[in-house]
Amino acid sequence: MAGVDVELRIKRFNPDTDARPHWQTFQLQADPTDRVLDTLHAVKWEQDGTLSFRRSCAHGVCGSDAMVINGANALACVELVRDAVGAGAGGGTITVEPIRGLPVIKDLVVDMEPFFAQYRSVIPHLVNTDPVGDRERLQSPEERARYDDTTKCILCAACTTSCPIYWGNSGYVGPAAIVNAHRFIFDSRDAAAEERLDILNQRSGVWRCRTAFNCSEACPRGIKVTEAIQEVKRAIVYDRV
Amino acid sequence: MAGMGVQHHTFDAVIVGAGGAGLRAAIETAGKCRTAVITKLYPTRSHTGAAQGGMCAALANVEEDSWEWHLFDTIKGGDYLVDQPAAEIMCREAIDAVIELEHFGLPFNRTPAGRIDQRRFGGHTRNHGEAPVRRACYSADRTGHMILQTLYQQCVARDVVFFNEYQVLDMALVDGRVGAVIAYELATGNLHVFHTKAALFATGGFGKMFKVSSNAHTLTGDGPGLLYRRGIPMQDMEFFQFHPTGIYKLGILLSEAARGEGGILRNAEGERFMERYAPTVKDLAPRDMVSRAIQTEILDGRGVGPDHDAVHLDLTHLPPEQIDEKLPDITEFVRTYLGIEPKTAPVPIQPTAHYAMGGIPTNIDAEVVVDTAGTVVPGLYAAGECACVSVHGANRLGTNSLLDIVVFGRRGGRAMVDFVRGVDRPEVPAGVEDDVRARIDAIVGGAGGEKVARVRADLQAAMTEKAFVYRTEESLAAMGSVLGELRERYARVVIDDKGPTFNYDLTEALELGYLIDLAEALVVSARARTESRGAHFRDDHPLRDDANWMRHSLVSRGRDGTVELTYKPVVAGDYLPMERKY
Ligand SMILES: Cc1cc2nc3c(=O)[nH]c(=O)nc-3n(C[C@H](O)[C@H](O)[C@H](O)COP(=O)(O)OP(=O)(O)OC[C@H]3O[C@@H](n4cnc5c(N)ncnc54)[C@H](O)[C@@H]3O)c2cc1C
Ligand code: SF4
Ligand code: FES
Repeated sequence: MAGVDVELRIKRFNPDTDARPHWQTFQLQADPTDRVLDTLHAVKWEQDGTLSFRRSCAHGVCGSDAMVINGANALACVELVRDAVGAGAGGGTITVEPIRGLPVIKDLVVDMEPFFAQYRSVIPHLVNTDPVGDRERLQSPEERARYDDTTKCILCAACTTSCPIYWGNSGYVGPAAIVNAHRFIFDSRDAAAEERLDILNQRSGVWRCRTAFNCSEACPRGIKVTEAIQEVKRAIVYDRV
Repeated sequence: MAGMGVQHHTFDAVIVGAGGAGLRAAIETAGKCRTAVITKLYPTRSHTGAAQGGMCAALANVEEDSWEWHLFDTIKGGDYLVDQPAAEIMCREAIDAVIELEHFGLPFNRTPAGRIDQRRFGGHTRNHGEAPVRRACYSADRTGHMILQTLYQQCVARDVVFFNEYQVLDMALVDGRVGAVIAYELATGNLHVFHTKAALFATGGFGKMFKVSSNAHTLTGDGPGLLYRRGIPMQDMEFFQFHPTGIYKLGILLSEAARGEGGILRNAEGERFMERYAPTVKDLAPRDMVSRAIQTEILDGRGVGPDHDAVHLDLTHLPPEQIDEKLPDITEFVRTYLGIEPKTAPVPIQPTAHYAMGGIPTNIDAEVVVDTAGTVVPGLYAAGECACVSVHGANRLGTNSLLDIVVFGRRGGRAMVDFVRGVDRPEVPAGVEDDVRARIDAIVGGAGGEKVARVRADLQAAMTEKAFVYRTEESLAAMGSVLGELRERYARVVIDDKGPTFNYDLTEALELGYLIDLAEALVVSARARTESRGAHFRDDHPLRDDANWMRHSLVSRGRDGTVELTYKPVVAGDYLPMERKY
């Protein structure tokens, strides 16, 4: 396949030398079917080894490389050059910035600790103290399907850091934490739905959500994030799951 | 360079790695001994999360099954290089291990009656090879993701202490026992010495020594690599699994579950060629056989694609609902990366470097064993893909690694708890971090002009050309010389980033060093083994040779760079070697 010329504009910041972030532009050739991650690697490996970004699996399952690509949150390993430069173009510019709402440490690397603290705050594990015996608990396929969508979350933070409410108020637990609460609230085997709903009924919880839908659009796993948040709101209001 | 200050920490046990094996071990030690989990990635980024297909256990939820059949399949699949007592433990404990994961909250797919559902997987059969059996417990095609998430959730519930984005670079022995683990903190560039009574390594695989691989960029063999440099031998390194169905050129895995659900492999003539190679189980033959069959079809000119170097995985005859329900993720990979709709068009695939059967030699309690007599290093443990128990022998069956990590992660955790209760903490001498500091200084101060990425790309290309599905004396000898050159070039590596903050330029350079060492261990072991067994296939010695080679290789490297091989017997059991036909 014919290569295309890509101008990669990256928002850079090095805490050891820079007072504030700045843009840097790199020129390279890429295949239309390359991932944006491949272009970042091309820069790092061939042009400037000081560029820092997280990545691991390279196919959208580990959640390491959420970033702002051409203004929208995406995983660099899922976004293809073809789509980033625009259809049919012989080339074009791709801009890459760190996700917003979390402190930037270096280049595209942000501090994930606040995000994981919010995740931990919603009791993100199965709670059930009934004796279990030596066989599995039963769960019907329908009960299992009830929370299937939210089990797909890879904690990439694309949803949370696309949320305008979150940018303005880091006290908000954010969509990802709600998604992970949802995963247990609607699991027929779990016994702590009420505690989680109480947590999410607080000031930092679901009521901050203004259904901007940014989160659903940003989710690389196709999770219906806004819908999950709505379901949690309804469960709080109608006191049932 | 700023950074490189030293901080000291004191624990009873340290777990290096937070994939399935490390997290399962941590659940076991939680609340029983003071444990630190040190991981270079956030736990949920570990490659266990990429596992798709399933985890086998003879639950007999959907049809008759028994752990003895599972054991037989594991041994036969491993081409009889399996230590049978260890495999027996794994297959027996599998049942309880799966149930325990369900109790931890894992959302398995369910049968209409609400039990854990099970499906077919390569090499798993009823009654000693009669027909494929439904044994793999699964959660759509993201079983590994669900295992990783569930184990991490349970660690959160137990307040496990994590040191995230700390990369372990060395281990210090004190009077022959574990005394400390030395880590580099990515965020600050500081060194950390973890004083400890015991350490369990669970750092995963090292598929990144090959060009086409299903492995993450971060699977660089750090644990085995650093222990190898500390004199610990590596076992059965010549056995590396090439999975038959990697996405063309990218190597991204399309799980065997695709064939378990009914997918068929076809050559350029549209022929279902596996009927010729494995008449009984056909497309569900073990991976080594399917990979060789694909490679043979390609070499004989029946490949597909512009370069005729792939074959097709055909799912077009499956009901679309079944694809959406059982294989949603992998079909989405095909759409994203190839622009192909697998419901209507066949998918080009080729073998991809997937899984290391070899690694750090361990016994059934995950203790590291350093010689042919079974001598252990007190306090040193390993589990998961970086370890070699050996339950997979010469070829791992699909689903048996997710099983391995939970069964032996748990056993290792338990063994550590017992061990640390009975011993005091060794007095670690000052300066145990000096070697690491010297290694980092040498790379940061390097001026030789070699780029890490170029040396690594050359390593990967050469390994894929010379030490892949088919090997010969000639190809391996050539690879040996290439490795000599790469080692020289590695000594001249320079990096651009000299700073202390998230310096991946530096860590990639350090990781490349391990890959070169382990590639050499693989090639030396493979060259010596003049037979074909499981995943190790020698064109010049195409038959299995039980008289001479029914033994495990142990490779070690001296300070002067000489590589030595010794051998230890396979631990036998009830099943006698027979020809492997499917
Ligand atoms: C695409 C794919 C699909 C698979 N599907 C299946 C399947 O269906 N069934 C099955 O049984 N098996 C499957 N496997 C194999 C199986 O998933 C792996 O073998 C297994 O998950 C490995 O687990 P682990 O805990 O040993 O290592 P990993 O999950 O790879 O974790 C390694 C950990 O070590 C840490 N680490 C590494 N180096 C360092 C260091 N220097 N310092 C600190 N921490 C470090 C990392 O941060 C990480 O946390 C699959 C593998 C792949 C690649
Ligand atoms: S819900 Fe989606 S976007 Fe949000 S963290 Fe999970 S996977 Fe990422
Ligand atoms: S690198 Fe894993 S999600 Fe992109």
